Amino acid sequence: MDATATGPASAGPAAPEANRISHPLRPGRWLAAGVTALVLAWLAWTIAINPNLHWDIVVKYQFDRVILEGLWVTVQLTVASMAIGVVLGVVVALMQVSDSRVLRAGAMAYVWFFRGTPLLVQLIFWFNIALIFPEVGLGVPFGGPKLMTWETNTLVTGFVAALLGLSINEGAYMSEIVRAGLRAVDPGQQEAAAALGMSRMKIMRRVVLPQAMRIIVPPTGNQFISMLKTTSLVSVIAGADLLTVAQRLYLTNFEVIALLIVASLWYLVLTTVASIGQYYLERRFSRGFGATAPGTLRGRITRNLRFTGSAG
Amino acid sequence: MTPPMVQCRSLRKSFGRLEVLRGIDLTIERGRVVCVVGPSGSGKSTLLRCLNHLEEPQAGRVYVDGELIGYEERGGRLRPLPDARLRRQRESIGMVFQRFHLFPHRTALENVMEGLVAVKGVPAAAARRRAADLLERVGLADRAHHYPAQLSGGQQQRVAIARSLAMSPKLMLFDEPTSALDPELVGEVLEVMKDLAASGMTMIVVTHEMGFAREVGDHLVFMDEGLIVEQGPPREVLAAPRHDRTRAFLSKVL
Repeated sequence: MDATATGPASAGPAAPEANRISHPLRPGRWLAAGVTALVLAWLAWTIAINPNLHWDIVVKYQFDRVILEGLWVTVQLTVASMAIGVVLGVVVALMQVSDSRVLRAGAMAYVWFFRGTPLLVQLIFWFNIALIFPEVGLGVPFGGPKLMTWETNTLVTGFVAALLGLSINEGAYMSEIVRAGLRAVDPGQQEAAAALGMSRMKIMRRVVLPQAMRIIVPPTGNQFISMLKTTSLVSVIAGADLLTVAQRLYLTNFEVIALLIVASLWYLVLTTVASIGQYYLERRFSRGFGATAPGTLRGRITRNLRFTGSAG
Repeated sequence: MTPPMVQCRSLRKSFGRLEVLRGIDLTIERGRVVCVVGPSGSGKSTLLRCLNHLEEPQAGRVYVDGELIGYEERGGRLRPLPDARLRRQRESIGMVFQRFHLFPHRTALENVMEGLVAVKGVPAAAARRRAADLLERVGLADRAHHYPAQLSGGQQQRVAIARSLAMSPKLMLFDEPTSALDPELVGEVLEVMKDLAASGMTMIVVTHEMGFAREVGDHLVFMDEGLIVEQGPPREVLAAPRHDRTRAFLSKVL
């Protein structure tokens, strides 16, 4: 084939119309969009008119004082156990990449145990910890003298048991996320920093961790959102969280579905707010990595909501 | 009498069973520009990395400015230096890497400031002024607020040189500084290095740029299989190599 004779250049400036790109109609895509819209509309309609859903009760309880108190406990539990979980995760991840075999083994055992048993079981264990250790003391270990002791049952309330269970479990997952982030940083970065005369601590804090954050933040955001919902597990140990109080209410007024909807709506609000926060965090930590930085928040939302035939 | 800037005495290094350095003896006087050449795997980079103790040699000694690097002599034995003292030693030895290793989350200016702020404890404002001066010196004053990903390879390497110079080193190590660059960007980096040489800096340059070695180098070291095979004034070694292995290598690269 003679490329110079048949190539696009020969058609060149004489016929500009021939260079215009026209997209073909895509009837299949229009049809799929139509069906999806119909299904969504039908779903909304059946939910709106269904008499079993008791929307008036939902409205009545959405901002009920008891519900709001449960909501506050859920937020506190999430934030506190995530914070402790992240700290634990960083410490355990640093142990995992340490040169000491003992530290590595300790970290491995921790992750192995807390990732390997169900969180629900761990929560019930913490709640009943007094059955194993009736009192907690401060003193010399291995049976030495004690300075102070407390009764476990007064120390480990439902909230404390929930906090212990959630955060220690979270630490195991976070350590894996942090470790992946640390390993993603080019080892040359540590060498360059060491050649400048930086200490190991400073290299970690100023060079490695900030770069690892780019890898760590997105899955941590997911963990946070997941934690918002996981806190509902503490309803089995009377954690006084959002789900616990909703259950308490429907056990007296039998409005099971309405109160579950109230709780669900609040969970949706919380996760939505958290998603927005996650977006800004991601943008903050992708500085210097221009190509991978997400666009503006509004752009991202409209991209998903835009309804045009040629969107793709 | 002032000691030479660098002295290696029967330096040995192996990775597992692979002997990479098999007894290196080398003396470098102040203000010299020494180019180290040789086939890949000859131990050039490892030698360079032993000089600032990024690699720990198995035997032998390195002295920089008369100071034993990485170890101290106590009770007739060599013991590893405490971390803080090793860091002091590294502060005064600049190193430039083949792949730049700029900090990607910091701008060009912040990269140059980093050592001043984090290691020397210079206040931010003063560090910023000094960093801006250094960027100007390597011709990148207008790129101060760019991130490394927004700079060309040649520009990144010049920032990396400025970052090392910020520590006011007495010795600069260059580990194949132009090997990762597109051919048209090599010149700008060599130009900066030439200026640096002219300012009297002691430099050790592992390189494949024979033109630079001939033009700027005071001394040429040819290494093969972990040993220094031949050394001398670059023009002499390049024009009339005495050793077969040098001749074979040069016939391939010239």
